[in-house]
Amino acid sequence: MSYAQYVIPAYVLVMGSIAAFAAVLVARGRRLGRDVRHEDKPWT
Amino acid sequence: MTTPSATTMETSATSLPAPSGPVSATGTKATRVIGVLALVGLPILVLLGLVASPEDVEMGDSVRIMYVHVPSAWLAYLAFGVTALCSVFYLWPRTRSLTLDRFAGASAEIGVLFTGLALATGMLWGRPTWGVFWTWDARLTSTALLFLLFLGYLAIRRLAAPPEVRAKRAAIAGLIAFIDVPIVHLSVDWWRSLHQGATVARRDLDAQLDGTMLFTLFFALVVFTLTYVWLLLHRQRQLWLEDQQGDASLERAIAERRAEARPT
Repeated sequence: MSYAQYVIPAYVLVMGSIAAFAAVLVARGRRLGRDVRHEDKPWT
Repeated sequence: MTTPSATTMETSATSLPAPSGPVSATGTKATRVIGVLALVGLPILVLLGLVASPEDVEMGDSVRIMYVHVPSAWLAYLAFGVTALCSVFYLWPRTRSLTLDRFAGASAEIGVLFTGLALATGMLWGRPTWGVFWTWDARLTSTALLFLLFLGYLAIRRLAAPPEVRAKRAAIAGLIAFIDVPIVHLSVDWWRSLHQGATVARRDLDAQLDGTMLFTLFFALVVFTLTYVWLLLHRQRQLWLEDQQGDASLERAIAERRAEARPT
């Protein structure tokens, strides 16, 4: 009962949120970094 | 004859540096390694949490929520701790740097995400265990307050101001908001609480979990921490790119106004 009602939704919520946050980060980072020279980025 | 608007367009076009070499946005070799480890670790954690670990004698299957709830709360502490530490170093004149401010902001965003997840998973765990999703218990209330305090911190960061002013304001707000972190942690000792006390991080170092459950919890803590590091590095670099874009936009706007004011 609690497995399907509470446990699975908890895992879906956490994993889904992490995946969504990471996907937005990568997509936005690519868009912002498009016009910046690779060697100008301080982390390269 | 060149019109001012054409000159402006030319200025805008030439002020953007042409990309050369690989454009990999915010990634490096180190972030790729951390990202792959987290990407491999998270599905393993799901298998361990949902399948391999046993159910609890009293709580049954709902104990499996612990493997995502406790690491979420741990990451909230860690993220807000990093924000507070970066804020202290930013306010200290000898170490003042906007990089620290960006780390503080990036860490707070991730902290807010994981505080929200800790609250949500806690509610999903509370319903089968206590019979209610929410109760105005000391731990729950102080955690909700922490969530709101750092939402306020993020709102302060978005107020229009020069970068140094924004960073100083945010650093002070971050330190004030961080005061709630030890209150959240110690709330179960200070007040009568429905929430259980420390199970693993106990003063006597005697973890009240055994075998597969303890391993799964530690595995979850490691995987979540790797995920946090990956998110933090990418978000901090993204904030640097946003600052650069803001500077470039400002320079372009100034150049445009100057071109308009120049007599033709």
